[in-house]
Amino acid sequence: MPNVMIRKSESGGLLFYVAKKDMEETIASVETDTAATWGGEVVLTDGSRWYIDPISPPPVFPTTLRFKRAD
Amino acid sequence: MSALTREETQALIQEVLEVYPDKAKKDRAKHLAVNDPTLEQSKKCITSNRKSLPGVMTIRGCSYAGSKGVVWGPIKDIVHISHGPVGCGQYSRAGRRNYYVGMTGVNTFGTMNFTSDFQEKDIVFGGDKKLDKIISEIDLLFPLAKGISVQSECPIGLIGDDIEAVSKKKAKELKKPIIPVRCEGFRGVSQSLGHHIANDSIRDWVIPNRDHDQSFVTTPYDVAIIGDYNIGGDAWSSRILLEEMGLRVVAQWAGDGTLSEMELTPKVKLSLIHCYRSVNYIARHLEEQYGIPWMEYNFFGPTKIAESLRAIAARFDETIQANAERVIAKYQAEYEAVVAKYRPRLEGKRVMLYVGGLRPRHIIGAYEDLGMEVVGTGYEFAHNDDYDRTLKDMGDSTLLYDDVTGYELEAFVKRIKPDLVGSGIKEKYVFQKMGIPFRQMHSWDYSGPYHGYDGFAIFARDMDMTINNPCWKNMKAPWQK
Ligand code: SF4
Repeated sequence: MPNVMIRKSESGGLLFYVAKKDMEETIASVETDTAATWGGEVVLTDGSRWYIDPISPPPVFPTTLRFKRAD
Repeated sequence: MSALTREETQALIQEVLEVYPDKAKKDRAKHLAVNDPTLEQSKKCITSNRKSLPGVMTIRGCSYAGSKGVVWGPIKDIVHISHGPVGCGQYSRAGRRNYYVGMTGVNTFGTMNFTSDFQEKDIVFGGDKKLDKIISEIDLLFPLAKGISVQSECPIGLIGDDIEAVSKKKAKELKKPIIPVRCEGFRGVSQSLGHHIANDSIRDWVIPNRDHDQSFVTTPYDVAIIGDYNIGGDAWSSRILLEEMGLRVVAQWAGDGTLSEMELTPKVKLSLIHCYRSVNYIARHLEEQYGIPWMEYNFFGPTKIAESLRAIAARFDETIQANAERVIAKYQAEYEAVVAKYRPRLEGKRVMLYVGGLRPRHIIGAYEDLGMEVVGTGYEFAHNDDYDRTLKDMGDSTLLYDDVTGYELEAFVKRIKPDLVGSGIKEKYVFQKMGIPFRQMHSWDYSGPYHGYDGFAIFARDMDMTINNPCWKNMKAPWQK
């Protein structure tokens, strides 16, 4: 269950940064990304899958959230 | 010699790996790669930030070096205690050339070495009492020091001293920030973790200091330069460009920086990151906690400078954008003259670099401005995100080497025969004796600054002076002629 900082990249996408591992990846898709909720399964461009219980209202980025590995 | 093809470079890597035993070969193979600029992610081709192989000659430093030497050391108005035995601090004292203004020993302490000089009894009975005492002594002898940082060396973590408790107690007593840093050398695989630890200690012990103090008058044009260590005056030749553009540089880390500049950083509008590797942690924190956006920039060589100035200006209003154009135009005649003078002498020369965590990619533009080509590059302590940023900057089929060993670098240089090698002091004499022009790219070989337009003129002169030095023609012994 790593702490992950989610921030917006310059191109408008979301970046997934794990400070402990110094790993930064681009988020490819988010299961629920609506005006009301954000979360569910998050897939990164490297193919790894992570999970977070949907949050509503959606968090303001950048922020640090706790994710679980989905696979 | 003309450039190598992809197959030739691959073959060269194989050939160099041949001497290793199987296990070592397998490990090292992951750290050597042929560049492919079409890749988006470096982890497909190169592994980085792993433990160095035992038995090989690595060029890396330790976590203490990353914190005391790099991030904290240049903050000039606080005393940095190298807590532990005397050697770690003494042998690295003042070697980094991060310039500052001030009266050393009175209000600034950059080139001095403060140490708790651990002896056997301190290891056996613990050094907390000694630390308590030297903090008082420092305060007595150097009353103008704005604070003290305690930089742990290996033994501190091993014997389990509680430097945090001592620091808290003394901070209360002396009414000055005392910052404990847990940067024992054995942590992590290179100096990189030391940067991270130093950033975390700044986050916890310095950044929140003025959260409730709103007396600082801000402007919409406040920026902070973060990750410029003022090697040979680099930060100064960068800062003037930003100021000419109409921005106000509130803080400059760490080169020629002060504690209060660090404390004021949360009040700025934008953090400008030069060395991404060593300060991205704090930039991310400032963004999350205070909503300060950050961006990377590159002040090596006119092409990259113009690009960066425009990108920085784009974050502000039209006045600043117009000013950026004016600054670029103002220096145009100057840098064109530099290029006109040196480019004919340097055109087509090939360079191999092996530096720390930023320059292996940042300086490429400056060489290209002089018509030179970087044919191999590598980092001591980069992570994958650094290589991600490097792939695009390097040409196709050029060589990438991560945490290269002494042997590998020598073998590559012998084969590729570059016209210039840029690396550190440990490599310098090896290559000079091989008859290859060499520049130290950590300390600018006692020259500098290299940042900014002023720095570019010095950079070009230095490269010319080294490559076209007549001494290289006289490398052969008379009886071999
Ligand atoms: S590894 Fe330990 S003993 Fe060696 S220089 Fe670093 S802190 Fe000092």
